[in-house]
Amino acid sequence: MTQEQLIPLILQKDDRAFTIMYDMYSKSLFSVISNLVKETEEAEDVLQEVFVKIWKNIESYNSTKGRLYTWMLNIARNTAIDKLRSKGFNNSQKNLSSDNFVHLLDDSNKLVNRIDTIGIQEFVKKLKPKCIQLIELLFFQGYTQQEASDELEIPLGTVKTQNRNCINDLRTYLQV
Amino acid sequence: MTTQETIESGNLELYVYGLLNESETKEISELADASPAMKSEIISIEKAILNLSSSFSPNISADNFEKIKAKLQLKHGKVIDMKSKSNTSQYLSWAASIALLIGVGYQYNKLNDTKSTINSIELEKTNLEKSVVNLESKNKQTATALNVVRDTKNTVVTLAGQAVAPTSSAKIYWNKETATVYVDASGLPEPPAGKVYQIWSLKLSPTLTPTSIGLLEDFKGNNEKLFAVSGTTGAEAFGITLEPAGGSKSPTMEQLYTLGKV
Repeated sequence: MTQEQLIPLILQKDDRAFTIMYDMYSKSLFSVISNLVKETEEAEDVLQEVFVKIWKNIESYNSTKGRLYTWMLNIARNTAIDKLRSKGFNNSQKNLSSDNFVHLLDDSNKLVNRIDTIGIQEFVKKLKPKCIQLIELLFFQGYTQQEASDELEIPLGTVKTQNRNCINDLRTYLQV
Repeated sequence: MTTQETIESGNLELYVYGLLNESETKEISELADASPAMKSEIISIEKAILNLSSSFSPNISADNFEKIKAKLQLKHGKVIDMKSKSNTSQYLSWAASIALLIGVGYQYNKLNDTKSTINSIELEKTNLEKSVVNLESKNKQTATALNVVRDTKNTVVTLAGQAVAPTSSAKIYWNKETATVYVDASGLPEPPAGKVYQIWSLKLSPTLTPTSIGLLEDFKGNNEKLFAVSGTTGAEAFGITLEPAGGSKSPTMEQLYTLGKV
C-alpha cells in the first residue's frame, strides 16, 4: 500500500488503517528510536508514545510537509531525543558515542526471526565506513549537513552528494 | 535547476530524511507533484532507507501493538462520543419540575380550602340535625300533650288557687281506665330554688287521706308544663303543695297552692 492509499484510511480513524500503518513503519521507526534510546524497554515506551502522537495528530499532516514517512520519522527522532534529555543526556554526550545503527543487532538475543533481513544487514556492513557514518548521522540521528561535515571532517558541499552515492549503492542492491 | 539536477543534488535524500527546512520541503513537495520522475525518485529513496532501517530494528515485543491500540481505544472498534445532554433540555426539565411543584402547591391549597369548607358544612349539618332532633322532641312532647288533653276518657279536674297563691291554677287529666294522671302546671308560678311542687291524690271520707303521686321535677325545663305522675284509683280530690326538694311524706298544708275536687 502507498501512503496515498493509506492516508485517507487513517483520516477516517479506520481500525485496520492503524494496523497497516504499524506494519509498514514500526520497524523502521523502532530502529531509529533504539539507536538513540539504547534501553529496549524505554525504546518501546517511546515507540508507543510516537504512534499515539501520530494517530492523534494526523489531521495536522499534509503533503506540503513532505512524505508521511518523513513526518513520522521526525516525530520519532524528536520524541526519542526528548526522552534522552529527560534522563539528563545531552547532545555532546551523544556525539561521543562510537556506536552506530549497525551495532543495533550485535546483541544475539535481538537476532531472533531476522533471517529475512540478514541479506541487507550483511550488505550494509560491507558499505564504505563513510557511508555507514553518513547514514547514521543524517538519517538515524538527524544531524544537519554542517554538523555531519564537522563530525566527519568532510567538506560541507560533499555531504549530501556522498550520502546520495551511498543510497544509490543501496538502491542498486535492493533494486529500487 | 532542472528536475535531473535536483535529483542529482542529493536534496531528495535529505528531503526524505526530514532534514530540509519548511520552505525547502514545501518547494520539493510541489515540484514532486508536478514531476512524476522526481516523485518516483523520492519513493525509491524512501523504499531504500525504510528497508535498511527496518532490517536493523530490534525485535518489538508482541504486546507493544496491543498496548498502543489500548491507549488509542481502538481495540473495541470506534469510540462513541458520549455527548452530555444539552443545556436546553436541562433547563426544560427544571422548568417542568418547578411548574409541577407550583401546580402541586396550588392543588394542595385548593384541597385545604375544600376540606375546611367541608368541615364548616358538616358543622352546619350537625347543628341543623340537632335542631331537627330538638324540634322533633318538642313536636313529640306537644303531640303527647295534645293526646293527653284530647283523650275523651279523661276526667279533667281544675285545681283553683288557694290562700298562698290565689292566682295560680292547675289541671289534672286523669284517665281512669289506664289509671294515668297528667298535670298541666302552666298556671303555677316557677318554684323557688330548693323547692318542688308535689302532687297529692286525696280521699275525703271517712278521713282526709293524702297520697303522694309524684313531684313536678325539672319544672323550668318542661316547656309544655305537662307532667306525667303516678297513676291513682279512687281519688276524690287533687292538691298541689310546695315542698322542699325531694318531696315530703305528708303535705305541708300552709303551702297548698291549688286544690280541686273530682
